[in-house]
Amino acid sequence: MTVTAPPKARRGGSMRRHQTRTAYTFLLVPLIFYLIVRFLPTLSALRLSLFDWNILKDTQPFVGTENYQRLFADEKFGQALRNTALYTVIGVPAQIALGLIVALLLNKIIALRGLFRALYFAPYVTPIVAAAWVWQWLFSPQFGPVNTFLIWLHITPQNFLNSPDQALATTAALVVWQNLGFQIVLFLAGLSAIPRSYYEAAEIDGANGTQAFWKITWPLLNPTIVFSVVTGTISYLQLFTQVVNLNFTDQGGPLGSTMTVALYIYQIAFGRFQMGYASAITVVLFLIILAITLFQLRFLTRRYDL
Amino acid sequence: MTTTLDKPDTRETAGDPRPQRRLNTPMLLAYLVLTVGIVVTLFPFMWMLLTSLKSFQELFNLSFLPESPTLDNYRQVLLETKFIQWFGNSLLVAGVTTATVLFFDSMVGYTLAKFDFPGKNLIFILILSTLMIPTEMLVIPWFVGVSDIHLTGSVPGAYFAIMFPGLMSAFGVFLMRQFFETLPDDLLEAARIDGMSEFGIFWRIALPLVRPALASLAIFTFLGNWNAFLWPLIVIQRPEFRTLPVGTALFNGEAGTQWGLIMAASSLAVIPVLIVFAIFQKQIIEGIVLTGMKG
Repeated sequence: MTVTAPPKARRGGSMRRHQTRTAYTFLLVPLIFYLIVRFLPTLSALRLSLFDWNILKDTQPFVGTENYQRLFADEKFGQALRNTALYTVIGVPAQIALGLIVALLLNKIIALRGLFRALYFAPYVTPIVAAAWVWQWLFSPQFGPVNTFLIWLHITPQNFLNSPDQALATTAALVVWQNLGFQIVLFLAGLSAIPRSYYEAAEIDGANGTQAFWKITWPLLNPTIVFSVVTGTISYLQLFTQVVNLNFTDQGGPLGSTMTVALYIYQIAFGRFQMGYASAITVVLFLIILAITLFQLRFLTRRYDL
Repeated sequence: MTTTLDKPDTRETAGDPRPQRRLNTPMLLAYLVLTVGIVVTLFPFMWMLLTSLKSFQELFNLSFLPESPTLDNYRQVLLETKFIQWFGNSLLVAGVTTATVLFFDSMVGYTLAKFDFPGKNLIFILILSTLMIPTEMLVIPWFVGVSDIHLTGSVPGAYFAIMFPGLMSAFGVFLMRQFFETLPDDLLEAARIDGMSEFGIFWRIALPLVRPALASLAIFTFLGNWNAFLWPLIVIQRPEFRTLPVGTALFNGEAGTQWGLIMAASSLAVIPVLIVFAIFQKQIIEGIVLTGMKG
């Protein structure tokens, strides 16, 4: 690499050899990193899931698929799984719909657009722990301003985070509030890539605003929507920090109503130190994420020709 | 992607069919809805800030504005807790990981974009696939490994333990690869003919040309590590090594539920991030614009 061969000699095979050598020199340290910090731990989790691995005990016996069988009978895991699915089903469409509406509105205005965009983005850069505390206070049944507002509107005050029926939705609202700014900017980016000539042509053809949206905006936003759905789903399936910090004394909410799979894994692994069982849950979570991601990429991605 | 780079003013291609320059009913309506949205979005911030200025006595009366504003909560947080130390820890952790991510992710992205070699696509797919591995799955083996070698007992060990998962990021590799692909090969070839070393070409020719991408990657990496919670919560045992999110989260339990202190701590944790955001707003948004395009 230090000796520079004349350009002519580097054609064909020797040039490719040179490129390969350089590439692998550059990739050496990163490949070791990915191997040690990402791939080996993944395999290690698979292995741990086959053992009764409790770091407080002296022996770690091999138990085969016992941990996985235990999962099927574990009602709390079932609840965590249902909750996580519910968070995803509420959160992903909500943030995409709200994000799209705000982005379309922001596209309509000229003055103050940058300022509005920045203000909507602010929650995204807020530390989650701080946001969760404020949320707890806002929705407090006794001294929360949200209930004060409801009373002012002559609506019965609600229990929100203290109610098993409302805690999950209130938590999801926090996550949507935090993600919205990112979502808006993502859609603004997607919208900016659509050539204006398409709309002009549609206008000449007599299309109204609704038609233009469904025939031009929506299909051409498809790549952005797929990106949002896939990355949003992955992040909702791993929901943890918001849930933990919303209720620090009763993590997982009243009657486990806000418990997520990630929080359950955390409690099993680092509360009870049952690393084997917790690993089995992580493997199941991984398979769910893998299946959903592949499904979404397969069925959401469309090619539109205009 | 190039269209965005060429036209920073997105108004000309914006999704709306006819951006109107004069105020009319639809535009007024848009302003109205957006303003209501902003008020709702920012209300939690206002509440946090105003509550942090309330004295203990008036904390629970439901007035919006503090009657006699006081900075006592801030004094207590700064002087009577480890807040400043946690702040410093977070700064160190986020700073170091941002530097390593920028260096390695751009090197990997450049290699995957600009070299032809066997295994190239496989390596790219493998790195990208790590995005689907849930953090929870990795955290358990990391914890077992870190405990086995008693890493967190000493100063460099503890900081290394917090940082190592974030030293490189697959998302950054993806982002940088997209950017380097837009660089013309001729430029690099010319430097090669001039006898520049391969690392020199990367460092002195290619890297300066993707500065906008580096800026946005830097900001996202910094934010991500500044706010990281799960792994630091698990790996740190000693209070003095806690990062800001972990310190303040556990501070809730230790201080009882002293809402005044909590709101002051939250406000302090938000302020630096908001300042950074205000300064780099343009790059942050541009960064999303450029990554979002690739859906």
